Amino acid sequence: MTALHDIDVTLDRGKSYALIGPNGSGKTTLIKSILGMVIPSSGEIFVDNENIKSHWKYREKIGYMPQSGHYPENIRIGQLFDMMKNIRGANVPTDEELIQTFQLDKIVDKRMHALSGGTRQKVSAALAFLFNAPILILDEPTAGLDPVSVEILKEKILREKDQGKLFVISSHILSDLDELSTDILYLIEGKIEYQNTIAQLKDMTQEKRLGKAMAAFINRNAFQHILQD
Amino acid sequence: MARIIKYIFYDILRTRFILAYTLFLFICTFAMFQLDTDVGKVVMSLMNIVLMVIPLVSIIFTTIHFYNSYEFIELMLAQPVNRKVIFLSEYFSTALSLCIAYLIGVGLPMIFYGMTPASLTLLYAGLMLTLVFVSLAFLASVLTRDKAKAIGLTLLFWFYFALIYDGLLLWIVYTFSDYPLEKITIALIAFNPIDLARIMMLLKLDISALMGYTGAFYREFFGSYWGTLFSTGVLFIWVVLPVIAGTKIFIKKDL
Repeated sequence: MTALHDIDVTLDRGKSYALIGPNGSGKTTLIKSILGMVIPSSGEIFVDNENIKSHWKYREKIGYMPQSGHYPENIRIGQLFDMMKNIRGANVPTDEELIQTFQLDKIVDKRMHALSGGTRQKVSAALAFLFNAPILILDEPTAGLDPVSVEILKEKILREKDQGKLFVISSHILSDLDELSTDILYLIEGKIEYQNTIAQLKDMTQEKRLGKAMAAFINRNAFQHILQD
Repeated sequence: MARIIKYIFYDILRTRFILAYTLFLFICTFAMFQLDTDVGKVVMSLMNIVLMVIPLVSIIFTTIHFYNSYEFIELMLAQPVNRKVIFLSEYFSTALSLCIAYLIGVGLPMIFYGMTPASLTLLYAGLMLTLVFVSLAFLASVLTRDKAKAIGLTLLFWFYFALIYDGLLLWIVYTFSDYPLEKITIALIAFNPIDLARIMMLLKLDISALMGYTGAFYREFFGSYWGTLFSTGVLFIWVVLPVIAGTKIFIKKDL
């Protein structure tokens, strides 16, 4: 059983890719493959022209926000951030903006098991941005966040994107992706069904919003399949 | 690696199980010394605890700890850290904490009541057994995805080495008693770390009556010195092989 087939994409810096597709289409598997958490049975992945196979140093360049962050239960928020800085050991200046705007610095003594799902998401987001990584991979970043926090996170993403960072954002909330992304990767059953800029997709479908454009695209594809059969 | 070991080590200390384990060993050892003044007899009684309890606690605690630190492992995997380093750090910190607990729990009363070569051998055998069963637990943990299954597998390991294996060995010796089995039995003993530790102890304790058939032959074959060396070598293989196998599997595992 394979989760992904024939994926052949190049992701460029300065762009923001929306990774969309139905549940179980392989979005998280693709993300985990890039991070080296899932090891592909065949094929190669390159980050900055470097094959990631049995490499680990390249992960310095990636900030990752997981779909549901699992953290050691007994650790305090402050200790968690200290630990991550300590383990990275890098001398790059850290970016603690999200820690402040999410007001995580006021609850540094709370233990991870006492946090709500939303606060965990905030911690995950703050960790992803902490080391100024040039590549950011966000797996459903806005799920579970309150509206105010969603806006804070979106603004942060847009600002970092304008600084030339590469974003890969997986989400089911197309209105969010409409604001945050420039390109689209549409995954179905482990294959890339569609890959283009969002502007071109809108142009093709004559729709103004990404949600409507995607719906029109999917309907048209289904129609074509029926005609072919 | 040292930094990661430090964090895992603190995490283990926070659960307080290790402290309870140390206290348990300490009280047991102390009580044994209170009951009898002959150090040799005390070591004999302690040996039975060491051979049964140490493997069980080591293997169960390690498995539970490994699954409890899954979150930590997941967190580390997204960081620029080598997978091998993550796995070996988990191994070293777990092994270290269990070894320290054992050394304090059993070693302190021994120092208090006076060390003998026999009690030193007991300390040594216990340490080796701890390491062996921590290794086996790590192997079992990477072989399965499910915590309950892993604990089941480790319990099976323990039952097998502590109880079943001896039964099988006895059955073989009994069934084939018409044949010269001495060398085969020695080879078979090498496949059970608990037996190896027991024989290492018995060689030092000088109680040939209790050593039984294989023990007596073992002594004749190796003598005390070579016997200890042989046991140590084989126990070392028992420590290293599961860790190497576990690391190999962990490196390729999807997490």
